[in-house]
Amino acid sequence: MKWKNLIKVAFKSIMKNRMRSLLTVLGIIIGVGAVIALVSIGQGASASIEKQISGLGSNLIMIFPGHARVGGVSFGAQSHRTITLDDFKRLEKETTLLKAMSPMVRSGGQVIAGDKNWATSINGVSPNYLEIRDWGLTKGEFVTARDVLARRKVAVLGKTVAAELYGDADPVGQRIRIGNIPFQVIGVLKERGQGMGGQDQDDVILAPYTTVLYRMSDGKNINTIMASAVSTEKMNAAYEEIRKVLRESHKLLPGDDDDFNLRSQTDIIETAANVTGIMTMVLGAIAGVSLLVGGIGIMNIMLVSVTERTREIGIRLAIGARGGDILVQFLIEAVTLSLIGGVIGILSGIGLGKMIANLINMSIIVNPVVVFGAFFFSGAVGIFFGFYPAMKASKLNPIDALHYE
Amino acid sequence: MKTIELKGIKKVYQMGADVEVHALRGIDFTIETGEFVAIMGASGSGKSTLMNIIGCLDSVTAGDYFLDGVHVNDLDKLQLAGIRNHKIGFVFQGFNLLPRTTALENVELPLLYDRRGRIKEPRKKAIEALERVGLGDRMDHEPNRLSGGQQQRVTIARALVNEPALILADEPTGNLDTTTSVEVMTVFQQLNREGITIILVTHEQDIARYAGRIIRLRDGLILKDEPIKDYRSAADDLIELRAAGEALEHGESREATVR
Ligand SMILES: Nc1ncnc2c1ncn2[C@@H]1O[C@H](COP(=O)(O)OP(=O)(O)OP(=O)(O)O)[C@@H](O)[C@H]1O
Ligand SMILES: [Mg+2]
Repeated sequence: MKWKNLIKVAFKSIMKNRMRSLLTVLGIIIGVGAVIALVSIGQGASASIEKQISGLGSNLIMIFPGHARVGGVSFGAQSHRTITLDDFKRLEKETTLLKAMSPMVRSGGQVIAGDKNWATSINGVSPNYLEIRDWGLTKGEFVTARDVLARRKVAVLGKTVAAELYGDADPVGQRIRIGNIPFQVIGVLKERGQGMGGQDQDDVILAPYTTVLYRMSDGKNINTIMASAVSTEKMNAAYEEIRKVLRESHKLLPGDDDDFNLRSQTDIIETAANVTGIMTMVLGAIAGVSLLVGGIGIMNIMLVSVTERTREIGIRLAIGARGGDILVQFLIEAVTLSLIGGVIGILSGIGLGKMIANLINMSIIVNPVVVFGAFFFSGAVGIFFGFYPAMKASKLNPIDALHYE
Repeated sequence: MKTIELKGIKKVYQMGADVEVHALRGIDFTIETGEFVAIMGASGSGKSTLMNIIGCLDSVTAGDYFLDGVHVNDLDKLQLAGIRNHKIGFVFQGFNLLPRTTALENVELPLLYDRRGRIKEPRKKAIEALERVGLGDRMDHEPNRLSGGQQQRVTIARALVNEPALILADEPTGNLDTTTSVEVMTVFQQLNREGITIILVTHEQDIARYAGRIIRLRDGLILKDEPIKDYRSAADDLIELRAAGEALEHGESREATVR
């Protein structure tokens, strides 16, 4: 029989039992729908995470104090040694693969401007911090090398801090106090939005690292060093260089573990990718189970259908249909059924994804690969689970089928 | 030319471990091309079994079956399907139309399974076949909206649509009243006149007389095989029957008005 006729016959028999067909493919609809919805949301989420990560700055390497993992066990970031100004100076002098470096001395406190005050964090940085972080200013200027040398009490406000203290007014040139120390505002940072952990990256004040280190801290320990490798390809080499310098500086013996941590964007992306990978596996399992259930439903209904239509099969065989014609007819019916389920599932999955995304205020990404994958997979389910009933139908003896009651 | 040649055909049905039903116990006969043969016999005498074997729907237990000189015993499943499609038109005991499928689609079906690609416009061909049996105005009806006689004529249209050399009809008039039966026989006689070999099973002597030869079965054996001398035209009988029927109807309606 021609394909057109076969598909027509399949549709006809599916439409004859609309309700039954719908219930049969419900498993597939739910399976495909769930996967499409979750994958679309997941991809939307990881796209926004990736955007934020790349917002950290290009080729960024972060150097933290503390023990590295030993056999997978982390001893806490702050244990034992610290990163000192001395380490920073040595790195500046002895590395060749870092194009920019800045300490990040963290402090915090109550900021007072006139009758307003605001609690925020104060980070001591060097002039090239903006370059390392791919950041910029909307107003004024940034910390200069002279500011660092002279430990000047100048501050660059994050967007949030500026808005909290000055509203729409221009803060540049204004005086503020951080704790007891008076600072002069010299600039305002560009808006950066939420960070990966959901924290407000604009709720910050940047100042010369020397100022923060000597006036607000112990004058020795730097919390973090932010560095930027010369290129993405040189990242690993830069890692090694930093390790070598820091191990020397910390006088570590060859067998000792590093007492500092290096993190880069790639690490973070990898972590995010791991999370996404686990999520994908979970989704795959959900999809697998529900498609299995859906497939069994199809198999069941096809077996019922073959039994119900034994006489029809007998008639077809008697007027010259071959076993193969019958096989193809029932297979096509099973595949049509499962594809209908697949298509409904895809559409409702996209709809559901959009609804959920709207609720939690983010956007979804509908990946065509996933959509086609779901479509073909549901077709494959139809073939796989339709095969046995179809085979059974095609093996019928014409006489027995004709006389079936 | 011999269309059918049966030599010592036996059919045994195995029922359970040790019960055997001997449906046919050695049948020999030959049917020439263009013959119109009626097969008669009591219920259970093996008529349907024989038809199924001739129609290549069932296999023999013993004996040899030649159809147009081809030894059917040697054919495989696919070849048998081909023969059923191209050579034989089958009208079954009971109507056996696909339910919820229009008359036209039912008739078209054998053409859709025809792999020879001979017929370019199956739809047109099916319409012609339906018109031949006088159902040109019922093509879009599904079987449950057709009368018994109309359904039977649809199965005849389906049997002849692929231009078979042989039409097998198992009790085609079994469920029909006299007038409708004769109507159906008119179609068979006309097809036979066009050269198609016809074998028809019936247990009604009146119907059998429209054939040219009667083979009588009893308990799986041939009891009698004889030609019919006086040819009866179903078309002529139909005219008579209709006239009588009309007279009867008029009588009834007159009676009704009197009351
Ligand atoms: N599939 C089968 N299995 C077992 N026995 C069968 C089968 N088909 C037919 N028979 C037996 O074979 C014998 C012949 O049956 P068949 O159907 O050929 O009779 P028939 O002459 O067509 O009767 P009828 O006029 O009632 O249609 C019967 O005794 C019947 O019980
Ligand atoms: Mg019978």
